[in-house]
Amino acid sequence: MNGPRRAAEFTVLALLALATLCAMGFIFVYAFFSPGGMPNALLGISLGLCLIFIASALLVVGKRLVPNDELEDDYPTEHPEKQAEVVEQLRTAGSLITRKRMLLGAGSIAGCALGAAALTPVLSLGPFWDTAALDRTPWKRGVRLVDETGHPLAAADILRETFYTAFPEGADPEDIGSPIVVLHLNAADLRMPPDRSGWTPRGIVAYSKICTHAGCAVALFRKPTFPTVEPQEALVCPCHYSTFDPFTGGTVTFGPAGRPLPQLPLQIDGAGHLRAAGNFSARVGPSWWNVREEPT
Amino acid sequence: MSRIRLQSATRRAGFVLAALVALSTGPLGASAQAQPPSGIVRPDTEPAKPTLELGSELFAANCSSCHGIAGKGITKARPGAGDVSGLGPSLRGVGAQAADFYLRTGLMPLDNPHHEPSNDRVLFSDKEIRSLVLYVASLGKGPGIPAPTPQRGNMSDGAQLFTSDCAGCHQEDARGGYVTGARVPPLQGYTNTEIAEAVRIGPYLMPRFTASQISNAQLDSIIKYVQSQNHPYNRGGWGIGNIGPIPEGLVTWLIAAPLLLISCLVVGRRLRR
Repeated sequence: MNGPRRAAEFTVLALLALATLCAMGFIFVYAFFSPGGMPNALLGISLGLCLIFIASALLVVGKRLVPNDELEDDYPTEHPEKQAEVVEQLRTAGSLITRKRMLLGAGSIAGCALGAAALTPVLSLGPFWDTAALDRTPWKRGVRLVDETGHPLAAADILRETFYTAFPEGADPEDIGSPIVVLHLNAADLRMPPDRSGWTPRGIVAYSKICTHAGCAVALFRKPTFPTVEPQEALVCPCHYSTFDPFTGGTVTFGPAGRPLPQLPLQIDGAGHLRAAGNFSARVGPSWWNVREEPT
Repeated sequence: MSRIRLQSATRRAGFVLAALVALSTGPLGASAQAQPPSGIVRPDTEPAKPTLELGSELFAANCSSCHGIAGKGITKARPGAGDVSGLGPSLRGVGAQAADFYLRTGLMPLDNPHHEPSNDRVLFSDKEIRSLVLYVASLGKGPGIPAPTPQRGNMSDGAQLFTSDCAGCHQEDARGGYVTGARVPPLQGYTNTEIAEAVRIGPYLMPRFTASQISNAQLDSIIKYVQSQNHPYNRGGWGIGNIGPIPEGLVTWLIAAPLLLISCLVVGRRLRR
């Protein structure tokens, strides 16, 4: 009886060692390759094998090392002496595991290795304290506005009752800070915050095209044909219908967005082209929980 | 307010305006007897062909309570047809393009200026629409009716342009949707000309798109794509009106999957017997 149990113990130890190795392999692969060239198949295989080895070890423990003899008679519910007998029987069977500490140790090592592997990707979550990257966009004073084909936008070409999408000249259009929506509004109707005077030459306004709720493109411009009886001009996000008022600095008038659309100050250069007069009024991009106010 | 009352009231107000116009511009002869119950006021005898004169008569009787005498527009609400106060934009300079679009799609005439225009039944005959278009075009210099040529368009360009410029509101499959404060109409059943007109005018809350934003050639491609969506190719079989992935998923999980499950159970029970 002792021989097979020892062999089973050895198998369990070997399986747990293999599981530990696989988990360490996962950590090694994650650390060794750059995020761009990460071999996802290797990551999956190492983690999968680790789990399979642990499961096999548990199977062997369950089948071979845990007493699974069946009682011939019913459990003696009314005889405390006989109950004690059964318990003693179980204890002797359990104590047949000769290397209990070793097995427990191997199990905890394998478990810790698996936990470490699962937590490794946490290291890839961006910088914890340095949030400067959130404020960085391709826009700064003097950058020209271009359309999707790269042609600069002239102020005279920005017409009423329609909207334009623009990008910073020479920058990556897929950068989350790049796309803006440009509107020509009636300058007399603008009610901008006092610190944004001069941001809207000739009534031309520009806002980030990324919704502050979930980061969709603010692709809807609502434009009344007869403003007296129709809903007023608004920028609307098609994902969850966040509605922004372009006359008041992009404030939210409806929907789940928690903060205004970031506004880009504009200026018109000598050649009549539109240029940025600075960076956005606030951070570009979707918000996360608790972001209900402008960062100060 | 009941529809009948509104219509009879519209008619009454129309007569008054027609009479006013007749007084101010000479005898145009819009007489007021035996009108059909459509809500539209017509002269007793219409000329055989569309004429500017017929257009002006129809305009005075059916449009001027909101758009004002000679299309000047009414910017401050004032008593109009029935209990509804008249209020509407000026039509000077909108041209044949806008008149043709709004009348042929049935968006106008509108029974209440505070309502969102919808694609109701077209109330004017073709001859009457042509006459009204002639009249509105004569009010001021404006764009004419476009003549798109979608057969010259390119389907993939059209799909791409539609995605970037139109799908935000009208959805990728041109089935329409919502914008806060208004419905976005589905684009099935419009003629090529009507689609071209809508892009250039920007009816109701839609922005207008000038030729510098969407060229006529690009417009041809867009129209070709929109028309192709009248009968989209349903790869999966039953298209359930192409209303989008979420309702399609609902149908799959709540109807198709239980049906499959039930049929499996039925077949299994039979086999067991």
